[in-house]
Amino acid sequence: MSSIRRVVVTGIGAITPLGSTAPAYWEGLKNGVSGAAPITRFDATKFKTRFACEVKNYNPLDYFERKQGPKMDLFTQFAVIASDEAIADAGLLTSGVDKDRVGVIWGSGIGGLKSLQEECFQFERGDGTPRYSPFFIPRMIADSSSGNISIKNGFRGPNYVTTSACASSNDAIIAAFNNLRLGLADVIVTGGSEAAITESGVGGFNALKAMSERNDDPASASRPYDKERDGFVLGEGSGALVLEEYEHAKARGAKIYAELIGGGMSSDAYHITAPDPSGSGVVLVMQNALRDAGIRPEEVDYINTHGTSTPLGDGAEIKAIETVFGEHAPKLNISSTKSMTGHLLGGAGGIEAVASILAIQHGLVPPTINLHTPDPEINQALNFTPNVAQAREVNVAVSNTFGFGGHNTTVVFRRLAE
Amino acid sequence: MSEIAEKVKAIIIDKLGVEASEVTPEASFTNDLGADSLDTVELIMEFEKEFNVSIPDDQAENIQTVGQAVSYLEEHAK
Repeated sequence: MSSIRRVVVTGIGAITPLGSTAPAYWEGLKNGVSGAAPITRFDATKFKTRFACEVKNYNPLDYFERKQGPKMDLFTQFAVIASDEAIADAGLLTSGVDKDRVGVIWGSGIGGLKSLQEECFQFERGDGTPRYSPFFIPRMIADSSSGNISIKNGFRGPNYVTTSACASSNDAIIAAFNNLRLGLADVIVTGGSEAAITESGVGGFNALKAMSERNDDPASASRPYDKERDGFVLGEGSGALVLEEYEHAKARGAKIYAELIGGGMSSDAYHITAPDPSGSGVVLVMQNALRDAGIRPEEVDYINTHGTSTPLGDGAEIKAIETVFGEHAPKLNISSTKSMTGHLLGGAGGIEAVASILAIQHGLVPPTINLHTPDPEINQALNFTPNVAQAREVNVAVSNTFGFGGHNTTVVFRRLAE
Repeated sequence: MSEIAEKVKAIIIDKLGVEASEVTPEASFTNDLGADSLDTVELIMEFEKEFNVSIPDDQAENIQTVGQAVSYLEEHAK
């Protein structure tokens, strides 16, 4: 294995509840804006949770021809929009890159939930005669995201989707990283997307008692590490990265945001939805990532945590950070940007990778908002970057995401060192 | 133009994203209006729904143009 092949980030894109481009997203992050508001996508009157972090003022006609948009589920539309931004940012289509060597490895935890739901509703309303749309299956399947990105751009390298619930995007990024390190492609468009703010998405997560029910104050509902937290807030959108082999990027004079230096994976082997309260799987994943990156814990400046604002999960992750980072833990900046964006499920790792990379680029750590009553069960000697962004030179940023099923993933980005 | 022809035209404009002027009786869904095989299946389904008919597959295969759709539906619509 040619392990000397290094991998850098040459393009970023995002469509999020805070803004519909990567720069707009960053503006929201640095100003500590909440993306939560009452649900507009369906009538949620009878639901326990009636708010979410939706992408604001979304109109597919702003992005797609009238005929094209409806052939894609919303999660695929988000995938195409964010990846288009990243691809343009990286100048991939204008610099003569060999498209046979460009892959797309995308993450989605659920796929086209809305499409599945609508077709089932329609069948149920009928007289039993099957009238399924020929576009139903291609809209629903999770890999329609990576498929559409490649079709639109003519990228003929490796192409697939990773599914590991809320860890899906990070698994995609790590898979892309490994494909590039192995020399199986020169460039890979990666990241992830999700669009599960539907009746079945909200109803399903409510049934798991996983979501906040703070309907009287949506903007303050996502409050990781706060004593009064009562569950995550559902978000939607997409984050995209263009990952590229370093020499290839240098040769074409590409702008380089950061280097992806490590990826780690582990499993809790504990419960299908509950996190292991001991945090041992999370210890393992961060240790695996740091070993892969070849760095010591002391070299890390910032951790963008999974931190979903659930009573159980937040504490377990912090306990694991204390174990892995020891005396260095209080010197870290830690923040959960889910306090602002909500939880994008399979898309979370995508937008959080973008946040981590922009923290390196701007020397600014986005905050954990709504942290007003620190949870005494969580070590308050740690710096959770409460409520206001903090200026800090970030050389190494770590991004954690974990998924139902016990999937743990960690990626490590570093300011490019020549 | 008959009421059925008007409706057929509207469905085609909506589903295929084409201009009204392109939807002539001779226009072929695939050759002139940019439909692929899946679009054609969806069009037939929309006709079935709108006109409350069931179009058997072997007859659906013969509906390739706007005019053929209108003739079929004028004959079979309830």
